[in-house]
Amino acid sequence: MTEAATRVAVESRTAISLVDGDIHIQPANRLDFGRYMTAHWRRHLETFGGRGPGGASYPRANKYAARSDSYPPNGKPPGSDLDFLRHQLLDTWNIDIGVLNPLLGAGGQRNLEFGAALATAINEWQFAEWLDPEPRLRGSVVVEYEDGELAAEEIHRVGDDPRLVHVLLSIRTAEPMGRRKYWPMYEAAVAHDLPVGVHFGGSGGSPITGTGFPSFYIEDHAGMPTVFQSQVISLVCEGVFERFPDLKIVLIEGGFGWLPSLMWRLDEAYGRLREEVPALRRLPSEYIREHFWITTQPMEEPPRVTQLERLLDQLNMNDRLMFATDYPHWDFDAPDHAIPGRLPADLKAAIRAENAVRLYGLRPAEA
Amino acid sequence: MPRHVVARVDELPPGARTIVEIAGRSIGVFNIKGEFFALRNRCPHQGGPLCTGRLSGFLMGTTPGEYNYSRPGEILRCPWHGWEFDVRTGQSWFDPAKTRVRSYPVEVVAGSQLVAEAAEAPPAAGLLPGPYTAETYPASVENEYVIVELST
Repeated sequence: MTEAATRVAVESRTAISLVDGDIHIQPANRLDFGRYMTAHWRRHLETFGGRGPGGASYPRANKYAARSDSYPPNGKPPGSDLDFLRHQLLDTWNIDIGVLNPLLGAGGQRNLEFGAALATAINEWQFAEWLDPEPRLRGSVVVEYEDGELAAEEIHRVGDDPRLVHVLLSIRTAEPMGRRKYWPMYEAAVAHDLPVGVHFGGSGGSPITGTGFPSFYIEDHAGMPTVFQSQVISLVCEGVFERFPDLKIVLIEGGFGWLPSLMWRLDEAYGRLREEVPALRRLPSEYIREHFWITTQPMEEPPRVTQLERLLDQLNMNDRLMFATDYPHWDFDAPDHAIPGRLPADLKAAIRAENAVRLYGLRPAEA
Repeated sequence: MPRHVVARVDELPPGARTIVEIAGRSIGVFNIKGEFFALRNRCPHQGGPLCTGRLSGFLMGTTPGEYNYSRPGEILRCPWHGWEFDVRTGQSWFDPAKTRVRSYPVEVVAGSQLVAEAAEAPPAAGLLPGPYTAETYPASVENEYVIVELST
């Protein structure tokens, strides 16, 4: 590395000390997306709207699943007003870079082409109303992920914009994520050097559990890590990382307490069942530690910090954990509380910013 | 024990609340059906602005399928994560043994008494001016005031 390049690298490391890896935004009105659609799709949006399997649209404890103090003074919905988001989130906590994950129903539409049109509109809205006016924000490539080809088209359309840091999916896809229908999307993501972020939620139509639909929201909420586990297993066992050696997956809002035991179990099974999945040439845990990143919110909160330290030791992915708030959702993690103070300083710095800076190639905001 | 005037009684009708800054602490004062209560405006969980949260009731069941909704308007829910606290005591209902928010005694005092106390022995009597003072309302001796006591 030349001296100048070293200096740039050091400067950008020191200038970013807090990255929020999971921020949610929405329009004041869904029909606002019509402004970013062709006349035909605008008409469709106004006349028919979306058609999905549903399952996650009830108020979820608080309307919009939002903090009840997150409504801007103008009365618009939480996460719909840039000035208020600047004030309540970015300025309050001195967040240097914040990653927008717009979970607005583009993925998983029954009408796949409408889903793709909605994804395009959301991406254009994200540019015009969030990323253009606020240099501290980064965005997602929103796609209709249930059609790998349509998703790839959108990734090729916008994937070279440096402000978009990953392709965004919801974890509850219609089929396990390792299946080939999703591969064109992974191929396009790798072609544009974009990780694939997979966020809590969605509804591909299957129950959230392997044994049917549970009665209560608390079961969905606390049970979501089982879906994350299924997806990690699928991505590894289908050989996706052999087919796409540069593919990076970010698990957003799924926790990580379950991951060490899953790695042990997969490695043990691989020893006996390797013949069934001959495409795999390494231990499952090696693929996982190489290809996965994890956001912290919800931070695992065992009763004692020593238990968290032991968990982090078992996980052995200190360079992969990235802080997130999940603002404005009601399970928000406050930057000054979520990372226990007694963790080593270098680990805290890695979680707060450095791991995300490295993964996403973040540079400080230029006002 | 320092006492702080935080509002005139008629400014805080039943169901209303106010959030005041006393000795560097943000404190919420609530009128619950004519009784006044004060809580620290800081959730013991992650520091959220507890006293800006919604007031609702308390739902319990002694067996699956049974739902008893009681004490409407007396249970404060943190705006961040929805942890529930009893406005009357600061007691949490999520983890009653370990989690509670600081509550402060509140009393209603006649303006005439405040003025008399202030005249006798101004701050030395332990009465410290809050956001509202009797002096701010010189003609309101007949009013009543909400007073919060801080023990430290």
